[in-house]
Amino acid sequence: MSTHTPEESESRESDSFLKKPVSRRSLLKMVGVGGIGLLLGGGGIGMIAAKARTSTNNGVSTLTTGDTIPFYGKHQAGITTPGQNFLSFASFDLTTTSLAEVRLLFKAWTQAAAVMTAGQLLGSDNNNQNLPPSDTGEAAGLSPCKMTITFGVGPSFFDARFGLAGKRPAAFPDLPAFQADALQPEWCGGDIGVQVCADDLQVAFHAIRNLARIGRGKAVLRWTQDGFQRTSTADPKSGTPRNLMGFKDGTGNPHVDDDASMNEIVWAQSGADSWMAGGSYMVARRIRMRIEIWDRSSLSDQESTFGRHRDTGAPLGSKDEFDPLDLKATDASGKPQLPPTSHARLAHMDGKIKILRRAYSYTGGIDAKTGQLDAGLFFICYQRDLSKQFIPMQQTLAASDKLNEYTVHIGSATFACFPGVREGGYIGETLF
Amino acid sequence: MKFRYAAPTMALMTTLLLSACSSGEEKAADMPKASTPAVSTETTTPVDPSETFKDAVSQYRTYVIQECDAFVTETDKFVKAVNSGDIDLAKQLYAPARTHYERIEPIAEALGDLDPNIDAREGDVAAADFRGFHRIEKALWKDKSVKDQKEFADRLLSDAKLLRAKVETVDIQPSLLVTGAVELLNEVSTSKVSGEEERYSRTDLYDFAANLEGADKIYELLKTHLASKDADLEKQIGDRFATLKAELDKYKKGTGYVSYDQLKQEEVRKLSQNLDALAEPLSNMGKLLGV
Repeated sequence: MSTHTPEESESRESDSFLKKPVSRRSLLKMVGVGGIGLLLGGGGIGMIAAKARTSTNNGVSTLTTGDTIPFYGKHQAGITTPGQNFLSFASFDLTTTSLAEVRLLFKAWTQAAAVMTAGQLLGSDNNNQNLPPSDTGEAAGLSPCKMTITFGVGPSFFDARFGLAGKRPAAFPDLPAFQADALQPEWCGGDIGVQVCADDLQVAFHAIRNLARIGRGKAVLRWTQDGFQRTSTADPKSGTPRNLMGFKDGTGNPHVDDDASMNEIVWAQSGADSWMAGGSYMVARRIRMRIEIWDRSSLSDQESTFGRHRDTGAPLGSKDEFDPLDLKATDASGKPQLPPTSHARLAHMDGKIKILRRAYSYTGGIDAKTGQLDAGLFFICYQRDLSKQFIPMQQTLAASDKLNEYTVHIGSATFACFPGVREGGYIGETLF
Repeated sequence: MKFRYAAPTMALMTTLLLSACSSGEEKAADMPKASTPAVSTETTTPVDPSETFKDAVSQYRTYVIQECDAFVTETDKFVKAVNSGDIDLAKQLYAPARTHYERIEPIAEALGDLDPNIDAREGDVAAADFRGFHRIEKALWKDKSVKDQKEFADRLLSDAKLLRAKVETVDIQPSLLVTGAVELLNEVSTSKVSGEEERYSRTDLYDFAANLEGADKIYELLKTHLASKDADLEKQIGDRFATLKAELDKYKKGTGYVSYDQLKQEEVRKLSQNLDALAEPLSNMGKLLGV
């Protein structure tokens, strides 16, 4: 993160060709990557851009190669961006009832997000003895750590307060009550959801904290959750992460670099609710694992629960993690190799329904009442239509998944995550 | 009660005084936007804060002395009730007497050991040094007996009188006004809104209101200056004072406030969030000091 004065940062930023579309285009040619899809794509492109930026800026930039993911783009970063090491998630409630104030807040948040994801200090009052520093400072001098900040609005944003009820997308209905849900109000809902991901938790927390600070008087925190997964240091090959049950989680995820399938699965398309075109609908579920019970289950039980081998992640009866699920295979006694209630089999949805998963593990310490670990999965997924993707999938899982013996859903929220922001624009602009 | 910070507070005041005089040519920035990356190009000429704020400081001095006078008068009534063994009357007089102290708490904190002697809670100081309001509070509400309290009651009154005498000597600088307003709200944040100030009497909302009134007084004295420096900031602070006062008014009862025990968790949270919403822009009043 830069410790330059704001003036220096400012001029350095305006010099940066990252702000100039033409230069950005020629940059792509320069590094030998073509394709309009990539150019328009949110996350991945920034990695390339940042790398080139360092090499062509003659050391002016202090940023580490590949450490910056631009905030601006056709899509918001943090959705198809490969999962960073840490998550800091915040749900906010608006305290203002003025749409004009909400717009001001979103503009301020947009600017702040662009500055923070670039690894720079917020504001201009960081060396004034008479004032509290504009930036809270804990990320000063740190690299941007591939931070992404992704904004969305919840169902309550479309209630009577702001006169936007008519804008609520058809693809964004309320979630129904799922079988065995044990939702706790303190872990549910929110007018605004902000997903911050970064390769450093302090950098990620800094973003949430400063957004909350900027929001004071207009928005208040409703709940927050930090998350983690194995770091890229611990797993240099970036294999599929394991969840806290010890199983690889996310093997069946669609390929984020396949534009066609991202358009099919993730990105809302222009149509009836065109303000969301290029955006995506997020579901967040705080799923507590019954850790102690899981730990005393036999490996055989565990594997038949997931429908996968624990060590390789391969479907039961297969060798390789990425072998396709063979729904017809039977074992010697004629039973299905993949038990009908196994998680992998049910979540496969006969290959007809897909979502993009972006989950993190979480721990909240211990349950004071029982002394058991409060830990599990902070499940996040993105899709273009809740009613056609998450809802039917979760209805199936909630009704039959053997995994339900070991998990309980205690938090739930959905957010319509805006399309990406062009420089000079702001989050939610297409909605207002 | 925040005596542990008294020394740093004074050090801070000195720093502020020095920097106030030397930083006049630095770039100005506007608060609500200060949290955003906007870079202001506004510049100001150096000012002499003690001259600019002469009237505000003089009016604040008058206010402090009035509050100190009232504090001595009301504490005298309270102490007499304690010493006469009239527990019911003493309970009635306890919170209103404290109000005058809480309004000017940063001033008392700048005066050495007076704050712990008057306002320490049990555990804040060594057991042998535990005296003042909260010692008697415990006797009134928990022990339900004022036996052996005369020593503490008399000492409290003499400390109140000492505060009144010493306050004449306090050198009130503009920087004390600016930091004092935020300190008053920080007092609310750390112990009043959480209900940790008045463990036995549960009269935390009286203290909350008094701290808020003390901060509001400072804002009122400075708002003309602030409006000419940053009208948006001045308006934002004014609006948020109004919002918080309206929120607190919901808990008025007679001439005072309901017991803290009657607040629901979500009501406490709302008060706390409204307080933070006010304190954030208020903390940028420092730009008055020739930033």
